[in-house]
Amino acid sequence: MDLKRGSSSQSAYNLRSALPEGEERRTLSVLVDNESGVLARVIGLFSGRGYNIESLTVAETDHTGHLSRITVVATGTPMVIEQIKAQLERMVPVHRVRDLTVESPSVQRELALVKVANTGEQRVESLRLKDAFRAQVVDASLKSFVFELTGDPEKIDAFVDLLRPLGLVDVSRTGVAAISRGPDGM
Amino acid sequence: MVDNKNGTMTGAAMVIKALTDQGVDTVFGYPGGAVLPIYDELFKQNQIRHVLVRHEQGATHAAEGYARSTGKPGVVLVTSGPGATNAVTGMQDALMDSIPMVVLTGQVPTFMIGNDAFQEADTVGITRPCTKHNWLVKDTDALSKTIHEAFYVATTGRPGPVLIDIPKDVQFADGVYTSPRNAKIKTYEPRVKGDLTQIQQAVELIREAKQPVFYTGGGVINSGPQASQLLRELVAATGFPITSTLMGLGAYPASGESWLGMLGMHGSYEANLAMHDCDLMICIGARFDDRITGRLDAFSPNSKKIHIDIDPSSINKNIRVDVPIVGDVGHVLEDMLRIFRSGGAKTDAAAIADWWKVIETWRAVDCFSYKNSDEVIKPQYAVQRLADALVKHGDYYVTTEVGQHQMWAAQYIPFEAPNRWMTSGGLGTMGYGLPAAVGVQMAHPKSLVVDVAGEASFLMNMQEMSTAVQYRLPVKVFILNNERLGMVRQWQELLHGERYSSSYSEALPDFVKLAEAFGGKGIQCSQPGDLDEAIAEMIAYDGPVIFDCLVEKHENCFPMIPSGKAHNEMLLSSDVDPEKIANAIKSDGAVMV
Ligand SMILES: Cc1cc2nc3c(=O)[nH]c(=O)nc-3n(C[C@H](O)[C@H](O)[C@H](O)COP(=O)(O)OP(=O)(O)OC[C@H]3O[C@@H](n4cnc5c(N)ncnc54)[C@H](O)[C@@H]3O)c2cc1C
Ligand SMILES: Cc1ncc(C[n+]2csc(CCOP(=O)(O)OP(=O)(O)O)c2C)c(N)n1
Repeated sequence: MDLKRGSSSQSAYNLRSALPEGEERRTLSVLVDNESGVLARVIGLFSGRGYNIESLTVAETDHTGHLSRITVVATGTPMVIEQIKAQLERMVPVHRVRDLTVESPSVQRELALVKVANTGEQRVESLRLKDAFRAQVVDASLKSFVFELTGDPEKIDAFVDLLRPLGLVDVSRTGVAAISRGPDGM
Repeated sequence: MVDNKNGTMTGAAMVIKALTDQGVDTVFGYPGGAVLPIYDELFKQNQIRHVLVRHEQGATHAAEGYARSTGKPGVVLVTSGPGATNAVTGMQDALMDSIPMVVLTGQVPTFMIGNDAFQEADTVGITRPCTKHNWLVKDTDALSKTIHEAFYVATTGRPGPVLIDIPKDVQFADGVYTSPRNAKIKTYEPRVKGDLTQIQQAVELIREAKQPVFYTGGGVINSGPQASQLLRELVAATGFPITSTLMGLGAYPASGESWLGMLGMHGSYEANLAMHDCDLMICIGARFDDRITGRLDAFSPNSKKIHIDIDPSSINKNIRVDVPIVGDVGHVLEDMLRIFRSGGAKTDAAAIADWWKVIETWRAVDCFSYKNSDEVIKPQYAVQRLADALVKHGDYYVTTEVGQHQMWAAQYIPFEAPNRWMTSGGLGTMGYGLPAAVGVQMAHPKSLVVDVAGEASFLMNMQEMSTAVQYRLPVKVFILNNERLGMVRQWQELLHGERYSSSYSEALPDFVKLAEAFGGKGIQCSQPGDLDEAIAEMIAYDGPVIFDCLVEKHENCFPMIPSGKAHNEMLLSSDVDPEKIANAIKSDGAVMV
């Protein structure tokens, strides 16, 4: 199969819309000072300049160094992606920006909590799917389950899609966290 | 300085000490409740002059004028809430035009933030997109360090405005002062030296070029006078033609041999055609703005492009270039000249001579010519007469408002040196020129400072006449009074079927009386024959003057590349045929501004 880099079209159960011609999907890892307003700055950059974000996660990753790591999944033409990187890099609280899609092999993970309400055969089927995807049950009642699933976004898309006809109620996803493979740090 | 016994001082005192340590001699501001402690400290010292403007927007443009004409950052001090929001336009203006500016705002005390306190506004939130960076300082110990960081951020890389929001309790509290030496930013370190292999590559292209052109911009001015000097050397060494954006005028002298005039929407025919037909474009400190490129897919289709810029985000933003060089203009040109000369400073002289012959045929079109009149003052003529008087006088600075008059000033007034021309290019802020002139005159009290204005723009910040009078700043406001929002009217004529919707000024004040009411001098001129004498009178007067020059009301500014058109689809004043104009401006361009 001829796949575009960064595209998620390898998933048969793709929730994400196909990208317009010439656009790519990139995962950027951004190391920032954990100061107040830093997230607003990054988000403001994307909204102000009309860039597309598919996912954005942030949390402090180095308490003593006061650093947070923001993972952004953005889409755009290569020229726009280059702009996004350059614009991020010139922001004062930003230490470093890495394009994890092209600069090095990387792993991406997302966590989802998925609630289904069902009984009978649907309930049994949803448990079978849980096992097939190696999800966990984190809450249960006689009429419902909450599953926890970790994986790359495509896997979560697929799981959610399969549960849809089985009484899907709610989905909560963390967005993508990503890191490069191998011994080197950012 | 009011050091307390234990080596600490109040936040307010710290502000003054930090500004002094940063070499600040002038602050443009307006007081209010949330900055009173700082004003109290200003009162107690005399190293820093405070200029009381009449509106906070005026303070920001005055700071811009000060900054552009000196190369130093402009400093603004305003109160919370309305003081801060009034300063927003000037910050966005400085952001677009790469002007270093430090804005200090008062804020309600930390314990009241978020409670809709009196004169509270989320200043940091409002100004985040219109500053390079901003800070809310919640701790007096961090205040001086933050101020030093702010100066560093404002003046390095692509310069721009920064803002520090200082709650009133932080101004009153005591804290420890940090000197500039001990305040370094870890994350922000723009690159100034260019990559040598890329510079080498650029030099190869320069050696081989047959139809080259230098396209220079505001970044050369930002880089300092040395950069302009190096640019002149490089132009002389290569013999290549050079054009500049509106923001870069003066970096290369208008009297220089290789000068083609300004390029872009209202730039010269020869400059725009040279850009369109060149085989090598050497862009130095300019950002491929849409006033320059016109239709992107038709922009200089056959050229290789070199781009020198200190900000990586300026490169490949609108136009893909072949040789990007990230670095400071001065540093890069120094390396470039050295490498070029070490290889014998060779160019394809025969091809360059042929290229100049082509350019001369474009020059012969005489694109800035216009039909003059004996009865009514043509605005172009007025600016030419003014330019003549300025050159005779020498040592002049020119600011402008925004509109047709701004373009005529750029077309007809020659600049021989950098930092002499201040105009609002990127944002195009009407009301910029008078306060900017106030800022320039503060920095250069002995020089001649003229604001070339339109009557509509002047009315937007005319309150600053009062500042000029108070500080004895002899600024001259030269109004090309067409009783129209001329630039808007021109677009309506060309693009909207001559439907002049709200583009005329009715009920204009008597500008002579207005000048007198402010305590300045008013001069009116309506006859072409009287112009020279009236201009001489304006220049000779030792005080602020409003010169009301009554000009032709429906003059259009040419040449003009209609929005969304290519460089070779330029309209000249001789294209009087309405059909030709209508054809050149089809509706697809009308969506662009
Ligand atoms: C009514 C109106 C009409 C206009 N018509 C025209 C027109 O016909 N022609 C025209 O040219 N403009 C025109 N303008 C202005 C236009 O909108 C832009 O402001 C202008 O073209 C931008 O100039 P610039 O490219 O030199 O960039 P600037 O805005 O001056 O930007 C400077 C560039 O240099 C870089 N830089 C800064 N410092 C350094 C350094 N030390 N070293 C290296 N790089 C540095 C910056 O990163 C930036 O990319 C008009 C404006 C108005 C209001
Ligand atoms: C603050 C602001 N509002 C609106 C505009 C849009 N605008 C651009 S030029 C212009 C007309 C300016 O008229 P005037 O100052 O008389 O100058 P002229 O064009 O007649 O020389 C207007 C309204 C602007 N640039 N700035």
